[in-house]
Formats: sequence, C-alpha cells, structure tokens
Amino acid sequence: MPVRYKLKEFLFETIIRASGLASIIAVGLIFFFLLKEGTLLFQTQTLGDFLLGKKWYPISEPPGFGILPLILGSLLVTLGAAIISIPLGIACAVYIAEVAPPRIKEILKSGVELLAAIPSVVLGFIGIVTVVPWIKSTFDVPTGLTAFAGSFILAFMAMPTVVSIAEDALHSVPKIYKEGAYALGATQWQTIYRVVLPAAASGIVAAVMLGIGRVVGETMAVMMVTGNSASMPKGIFYPVRTLTATVAAEMGETVQGSDHYFSLFAIGIVLFVITFAVNMTADVFIHRRRK
Amino acid sequence: MVSPKLSVKNLSVSFDGKPSLGGVHLDIAPHIILSVIGPANSGKTTFLRTLNRLNDEESAMKITGSVLLDNKDVYREYDPVILRRKVGIIFALPTPLPMTIFENVIYGPRRQGIQDRNKLSATVERCLKEAYLWDEVKDRLHSPAMKLSGGQQQRLCIARTLAVEPEVILFDEPCSGLDPISTAKVEEAMSKLKKHYTIVLVTNNTKQAARVGDQTAFFLMGELVEVGDTGSIFTAPRDRRTDDYISGRFG
Repeated sequence: MPVRYKLKEFLFETIIRASGLASIIAVGLIFFFLLKEGTLLFQTQTLGDFLLGKKWYPISEPPGFGILPLILGSLLVTLGAAIISIPLGIACAVYIAEVAPPRIKEILKSGVELLAAIPSVVLGFIGIVTVVPWIKSTFDVPTGLTAFAGSFILAFMAMPTVVSIAEDALHSVPKIYKEGAYALGATQWQTIYRVVLPAAASGIVAAVMLGIGRVVGETMAVMMVTGNSASMPKGIFYPVRTLTATVAAEMGETVQGSDHYFSLFAIGIVLFVITFAVNMTADVFIHRRRK
Repeated sequence: MVSPKLSVKNLSVSFDGKPSLGGVHLDIAPHIILSVIGPANSGKTTFLRTLNRLNDEESAMKITGSVLLDNKDVYREYDPVILRRKVGIIFALPTPLPMTIFENVIYGPRRQGIQDRNKLSATVERCLKEAYLWDEVKDRLHSPAMKLSGGQQQRLCIARTLAVEPEVILFDEPCSGLDPISTAKVEEAMSKLKKHYTIVLVTNNTKQAARVGDQTAFFLMGELVEVGDTGSIFTAPRDRRTDDYISGRFG
C-alpha cells in the first residue's frame, strides 16, 4: 500500500477514535467533578443525614441538608408522570404501528415528533396558565401548583420518547408472526395483545425506562408548576419540590465553597446515579431484544 | 360430479396498479390435493393468499371477480376472521409464535374461547399426531417452539393450523427450506390429511407436485395456463408452455 494511503487511513482512524472517546471522557470528567465537589459536604454531614434527613433548610442556622423531601418529591412526580404516560404512550404506539391507516399514521408520527421539539419552558408556562388553574378548580385544592401538575406536564414530555421507541419495537416484530396469528383466525386485537405486544415487550420496557429517565432529569417545566415547597410531600395534590428544581433554583444564590454549595453538587450525584440506573436498565432490555 | 369446495371465478388481483393475477377460473373439488406450480412472479402465492384473504393487509390491493367457499362469496359473505378459521395456511418459512409448543397448538382454539384444559390437551395430542410430530415432542411440550428444528417447526405449524379445525388448508411452498427427509414427512402428512381436508399446495418443486397432487394447475405471469389431473398434466400437457416448464426448458 502506498505511503500516502497509509497516512490517510491512520489520520481517519485517529480522528474517529478521538471523537468516540470524547463523549466518554466528557461523562467521566463530569462525574469526577460532581464527586469532587459533592463529597466535600460529607466533611460536616453524614450520608445518612443527607439522604434520609427530613429537613431541607440550607441557609438557616443551624442548616438542614436532608434531601428526603426532595427525593420523595421527584419520586412522586415521576411516578405520576409514568402512570399517565406509559398506558397512553403504549396505546398511541400500538395505534400508530398496527391500526392507523397510512395517512393518519404519518400525521400522528410528525405530531409526536413535534411534541418532542417543544421547549420545556414553553410546556411549563402552558402548564401554569392551563393545567394549574384547572387542577385548583376541579380538585378543590388551595393551589394548583402541585405534584400532580408536574406529573401531568412531564407525562407529555415523556410521551414522544415512549411512543417513538415503542413504535419502533412494534414495527420490528416480524410480519410473519402477525400473519401466522391471522391465519389461525385471530382477530386484530387478539393478534396485537397475544403476539405483537409480547414479541415487542423488551423494546417497550426500554421505551418506558428511557421515558422515565427523561422525566427524572427534567427541570424547567417541573420547577414552574410544582409549587417548589421543600417539605415532606403529603400527597399528589400538594406542592412539592424535585431534586432538579432545587439545584436550578438555589445554585445561583449560594456562596461558592459553602456547605450549601457542596450539597447541591451532592444532589447532582444522586440524580446522576438515578438516571444512570434507569438508562442502564433500558440498555439491558434493548440488548435483550436484539438477541 | 360433486360440487366444488372452492370455486374461483374470473379472479384478477393487482397491487398498486400492477396486475398480479388475471382472469383466473378454477374449481377445486373437496378432499383432493391441488398442486399449483409456476415460476417466480407467476402469481401463485398471490392466488393462494387471496383464498383466505391474507392479502387484505396489503395496501393498494385491488381485486375483481369472486372466490366461493361452499358457494358463499369469500369477499362479500364472510368475515375474514371466520374465513381464516375455515381456510388455514402454512407458510414457506416455519413461523412458530414465540411461545411453547403446547401454546402454539392451542393458540387458535384459545382465541375461539376454549378454556377447558383437558380438551385443549386432547387437541394438542390429536393435532401433533396428525402432523407426525407427536413422537418427537411429546416429552417437551412446554419448551419453546423456537428450539425445534426447521422441519419440526413446519410440522408444528401444520398441527397448529389443524387445531383450528379448518376445512381447507393452503400450503405455500411448505418444504422450500427443508431437507429431503423432513420434506417426505410433510408430504406424508399432506397425503393423509386430504381425507379430512381440501388442500391447495403451492410449490416450486415440480416433482413434489407430481408426487402428492391429485390435480395440478400451472401459472405463468399471472395467468392460469392449464389445470387438470396431475397424471395428464405431466404426461400429456395441452399447452406448449406447460410442457416447457415441467420438462425444465425454462423457469
């Protein structure tokens, strides 16, 4: 092989390898930075007080750095969003993949993509002016800024992820399974329920996990509609505050190098671990599907 | 003469405006095996799938003429779900559903609402025996169907179709992926089955058509060239093109 080809090959290989490594290095650096700043909190606090403490009073005297209310807030909002978006998302995917006539299918697909393109701050303020007053009047609560409002808005942010990945999974079920079921005299619904959905199950679980991952990490819209009360959540119709909203709201006002500052980084670690776990689970299911 | 089980009258099918079958007339008597032969793209698979309306799922299909099952129009007087219970099909590729052997066989009966475990077990045994598979799988009915060999999977598909208790069974090149011994087993099953069912067999293997078919139909480019008793088609074809095809001069 002539030398100049060799050089070219070498150059391309190096560039591609560097690009590939860049993303991993970025993740590594982020995690390292979070860890370095976050762990400084534990010079004055114990891990138990941090994770299980019920009082988040970072600037009181004495301060409280218990993030249990925030974890529960995130959990409550995520759970609510999952309960709304999973059945809706899967049903929508089934309709798009199996039932809808080609024209409606195209319209729905681009509609779902459009939903994904709406900036979260826009969804947030639409939530404030529509969902929040609706909750206040319908459920007769003192304020509509509640965990439920967050769940509702987040459900629509998770939907595009759930729908498009689940639709993909359904679409890749071999046509012969369906024909096999039809040939045995199964109706369309029986075919979907007994053959197509089970065959696509792992892909659908992956879709759900990635949707949940999106919900856990979402900040702006949640901050706008959940009422931001960092106390132990009493229920779905009470104001809560999530982990993400806490970091976003307080980072700008904290003194660099204070315990408060370090605690926000520690929250970052907790979030990182949660989303990492969720994405890993999704990954396991996606790989199982490929086998 | 007995009245035909299936009667095809002036049937034409096109996909996206492209004609696939044109003006087919054909009667199929009960309890025979009709072999359908012809080169690729001759419309024989389209013909088969038209008989139990599996082509309905294809977009842009247009169909004229009629198909009668027991003198009732398949496209106007039958619900496709009911029709497919009466007219089963075996595909070229074995298509076990991703579940156990037992569940594959009872898939059809279950969908019709049969829940009685004893009855279902009896069905499984009867159908697997009729498909010549029982002895090979009776000890592992609850293992995944995907673990079976290709020939066993194909016989499982036959058993699964039998469980629905059809009247007509369509075979779409059922042996194209099978070795000679598995092929022989499937052919043996077919020959026994014609006592109770009417069989239409699409095959690329003219020898197979000669071995198992009572009657043979030859399709070419969407046209039914010739149909008649297998013996006379293979020894004294009326059409030159049939002669060319079966003697291997083209196709």
